[in-house]
Parts: sequence; C-alpha cells; structure tokens
Amino acid sequence: MKKKSKAELWLAFGAIALIYIAVAILEKTVNANSIIFTVLKKGAIYSLVVVSMNLLNGFTGLFSLGQAGFMLIGAYTYAIFTMPTEIKLTESVYKYYEAAVKFDTGIFIGLICAGLMAALFAALIGLPVLRLKSDYLAIATIGFAEIIRAIFQWDVLGPITNGANVMREYLDLTDVTIPFTKIPFPPTLFVFVASGVCIALIVLLINSSYGRAFKAIRDDEVAAEAMGINLFKHKEMSFVISSFFAGISGALLAMYQYTVQAAQFKSAMTYEILLIVVIGGIGSISGSCIASFLYIAASEWWLRGLDMGKFLGIESATVFRSGFRRFVFSIIIMLIVLFFSRGLMGDREISFAGLIKRFNKHAKPAKAAKGGGIDG
Amino acid sequence: MAENVLRLEDVTMQFGGVVAVNNLSLEVNRGEIVALIGPNGAGKTTAFNCITGIYDPTNGQISFNEKTIVANHPRGKMRKLYAGENAKKYVAARTVDPTPDQVTKLGIARTFQNIRLWKSMTVFDNVLTAKHMRAKQNVFSATLRITYSEEKRMREETIALLEEQNLLQYANDLAVSLPYGLQRRLEIARALATDPKLLLLDEPAAGMNPQETQELGEFIVQIKEKYGLTVFMIEHHMDLVMQFSDRIYVIDFGRLISQGTPAVVQADPKVINAYLGVSE
Repeated sequence: MKKKSKAELWLAFGAIALIYIAVAILEKTVNANSIIFTVLKKGAIYSLVVVSMNLLNGFTGLFSLGQAGFMLIGAYTYAIFTMPTEIKLTESVYKYYEAAVKFDTGIFIGLICAGLMAALFAALIGLPVLRLKSDYLAIATIGFAEIIRAIFQWDVLGPITNGANVMREYLDLTDVTIPFTKIPFPPTLFVFVASGVCIALIVLLINSSYGRAFKAIRDDEVAAEAMGINLFKHKEMSFVISSFFAGISGALLAMYQYTVQAAQFKSAMTYEILLIVVIGGIGSISGSCIASFLYIAASEWWLRGLDMGKFLGIESATVFRSGFRRFVFSIIIMLIVLFFSRGLMGDREISFAGLIKRFNKHAKPAKAAKGGGIDG
Repeated sequence: MAENVLRLEDVTMQFGGVVAVNNLSLEVNRGEIVALIGPNGAGKTTAFNCITGIYDPTNGQISFNEKTIVANHPRGKMRKLYAGENAKKYVAARTVDPTPDQVTKLGIARTFQNIRLWKSMTVFDNVLTAKHMRAKQNVFSATLRITYSEEKRMREETIALLEEQNLLQYANDLAVSLPYGLQRRLEIARALATDPKLLLLDEPAAGMNPQETQELGEFIVQIKEKYGLTVFMIEHHMDLVMQFSDRIYVIDFGRLISQGTPAVVQADPKVINAYLGVSE
C-alpha cells in the first residue's frame, strides 16, 4: 500500500539519467581503448544476465544453472542472423561448410530474435525440467547447458553454426548507428541502453502482480498453490522470461567480443554469474548490478596487476605472476561471504531515503552510492 | 432440503499400507459451519488435502456445488494393495484430478494447520498476492502497466479487506512479525481475498487461549454472515466446536464414527471411547 514516494521515483530516474550522461561524456572525452570501457561494457552485459538469473533464482526460488546455455543460444542466434549474406557465402567465416542461413537482419531484430530463440528453448526444456525441485533442477539445467554447448559444436550442424569454428564478422558494437541515420552510436552507451531497458523491464515485472506471485512461490509453494497461483505456469513463465534476457545478454556479449565460439560458454561461466548473484544479494536487483560492475572491475582491471608482475606500485616478478590474481580473488570472495553472509545488499534495494538515513547515521555511504542509479 | 455445497462420497486415501482416510462420506450445506473432529492422526488434515487437490484420493468422489471436482478409483499398484471399501464403485466414472490452484479458483479457500504465510512479504502483499488469481491481466499487460486499473482495483480491495479485519495498521509490517493470533487472522484474511464460497479452516484456534478462541468463534460467524460463506473446519478446541458449529463429523482412524448436532455427538459413546479409550 505505501508505495515508493513520487520524489523517490524521480530521484531514481534522475540518477539513472546522470549515469547515462556520464557514460556519454566519458565516451567523448576518454580514449576509446581505455580499460574503463571494457569494464563498463562487460559490467553492463553481466548486469543483465545476473539480473535475469536473479529473477529465476532470487525471486522465483528456482535454482537453475543453465544461464550460460541460454547466453550461448542468444549469442549464436545473433551472430547467424546479423552476419551479412555476402560474408556467409564467401569462405571467410564458413570455411568448411556451406552456410545454410541465407538472409541477414539488422541489429535490433537480431537482438530480439536472440532473446526469442533462447526463450523458445527455455519453454521446451522447462516442460520436463521444471517439475524437478531444488538440486535436481540445478543438475538438469547444468546438463542442458552442456548439451547445448556440445550440439552447437556438432559437425552436422556446421552449415548453421559453423561447427566448432569461430563466428565473426557479424554486426558488432561498432556497427550500431543512431536510428535512421548513418552516424555511429557510442558503443558503451548502446550497451548501457540495451541492458538498461531490459533490466527496467525485469524491475517492472518484479513489481507487478506476477512478480508478487513469483515471490509467493519462492516463499511457500504449498501456500502459493492453495491461493490459486498455478505453480507450473508461473515457474515456466519465470524461466522463459529469464532465458529471454539471458539470450539478449549473450547477443550483447557477442557484439562486444567481435567473435564468439561455443566453447567459451562453459558451466564455469554460469558459476561466475551465480557468484555475482550471491555477492550482490539473492533477491536484490540493485545488488546484482553493483556486484556485476565490481566483479568485472576487479577481475579485469584492479587485480590485473597481480598477474602482470606489478601491483600497487610493488614490482615482483616472482610473486605477481600468472594465476596469482585468481588466488587473491578467491580470498576476497571468501571474505565477502564471511562478512556479508547475505550478499552486499541482502534482499533490499537501494533507496535514496535509506541512503540519506545511512549518511546521517554513519556518514559512510560510499558503497551504496557507487552504483546508485544503475537500475534505480 | 438444504443445498449441498461440498459432498464427499466414499473418499479413501491410502499411502502404501496405511489407510489415512477410509471410506469417508460427508456433506456440508450452504451457510453452515461444520466441524470435523477426531483424535490426533485420525486423518482430518488428509481429508482436507484431498478436497483441496493436494492429494489425489485413492478412491471416491468429491463434489462442490453439485459439480464433481475430484474423482478417482484404485489403479496401478493400488489395485492389489487397496484396503478400503467400494473399490469398484468409481471405476466407470471419469477421473478428475485437479491441482490445488484449480480448486481454489472454483471457490474453495483454505488455511493451514501450521501457518503458511509468505514470510518475506508484508501483510499487505500477502493479501494482495492472493488476489492475483482473479485479476484480468496477462504478464505483458501487467509488466507494461497497461492494465494498471486492475492492479489499482486489487490494491483498493486489499485495503478494504484489511480494514474490515482490523489489520490495516499492520499493512506494512512483515507478515511473520505479527503476533501469533494475528497471523492466524491474516491467514483467514488471505483466504478471503480469493473470493471463496467455501472456507476450509485447519485448526484455526490452535495455540490460542480460551478468550482468544471465543473471539475467533465470533469472528468466524461474523465473516460467514458477511461474505455468505460456508465454513468447514477442523478443530480440537471443544468449546469452539460445540458452541459455534451447526453439525459435527467425528472421525477416528480415518473412519467416520459419529455425526450430528453438537449435543448428539457429545452424548455418543463411540466418540467418548475414541477420545478417552474404551473402558474395561
């Protein structure tokens, strides 16, 4: 009944707008090869997939580990759909096969189709798999993701998926233009816009009647069913929607990377996503976003030096060598689990009222302010 | 002749070799408060679970407003194992095996013996979510706020319902933070939010003191009148049962051993034996 106040909502919109403006300005001023854009792009892409996983694991209580599989489907669908037909017909990508898909689409349609294809697979897999509970569901979905990875590398499907070879020369972030013009769209801003729209949709869903039904299923299945919520229908819905957005994030990842290969989407990738969900807080969208950026920044940027021989100004080729970063990283994660047993945000969301309260009490809002308005 | 709202015919629920409910037949008429009593382990909650679709009974038929909502006969392994009666009676009947949400949609709402509120949600959201089932919307229109009028209507109805139940002051509290008695009342409010015709209460007075029990009884009568409900309840508090119910069914070891008005049941030696044991 007591909804978020209007002022709060506008503040959130303002914060999001500020972030977008900041990104746009950064892109105009900072050198495009700067590491910060890697972090921002990958962080935004991961935010989307992490939030989609949180929708399933955190809000619906379905412990599914198939996210990498759906990203794979999305990435490949996007690559196949947007690769220009001329390139498909030459030997530049499909070297050993004759391309079977002889049409190409624009970026926007490609992204939507990537999501839809992932959603379609999810709908089919969901029919048998969602009758399982907890651990069994996790095992079945891991299995599915592994099978998908194997199938996409299968020789027989070569004319479509290019077998185990790399997909490339499809439309990537540099090909994005401002609609109806030929002016290139700033790539980082595009990733932010695409992820932002998707995350906003997920937030709207979670705050709708269906979102409440998902939470009811998570809290108590028996009571949910007794209050007239069709368990299977809602679980399937959550699974399909989550996969749709995982597919889109897979497509964005493909755009960002310029090349994509099925072998990349291992179950380790799902664990990485799950790890971010847990660090951010199961059931917190803003937590997921913050954790995504922190995780990517730590692994791609801040801790890079641990592998490169120089960290915090200290040079030591014997200690800081390849692999040391992973060691430090696991310690950090253990510390987070120890001190934030429910993740950075628990199941709460960032709110300005809460921030102000905190600021007045401890004058120490640094952590929460960092990702302030990624989703509002 | 009173109108049947709920009718159980030869309902048997067998788990392996255990016959939890054995050939139970009973009727609940419109506007009545009917109690189902019996010693611990008599099969009362199992009977409720059969009605609400949580269990699929091994044999028998259940109808709601003269419409068959559950029907089954022993099949598979049970055909040999079956220890109940009337095994052949429903073989020709069409089997109906609803899920709990379908039963709720027909207008049967229930509460649980051990309170099952949604723990992470507020009092308001608990009631609001129970209205989800009857909302005219789909996932797209709800997400994009196209059917926001529907959401608004649900919210207004929820506030009205909470106000009637004197729970409005707790609307923004977590459901689990309420005192026990209020949690019970919230569970009933949540069941009412599904627009039921028949309310099944599973031990609504469990853990309450005599005064609270008395209040609960009056509350049940009050909501029954107000919403035109029929109430079917399981209860152990004999004061509540004797004072407020129109008729009583007594079961023991899954079998119906007595039925009738409170006075008749109270005087029935079989009931006394079931509760106190047979005198030597």
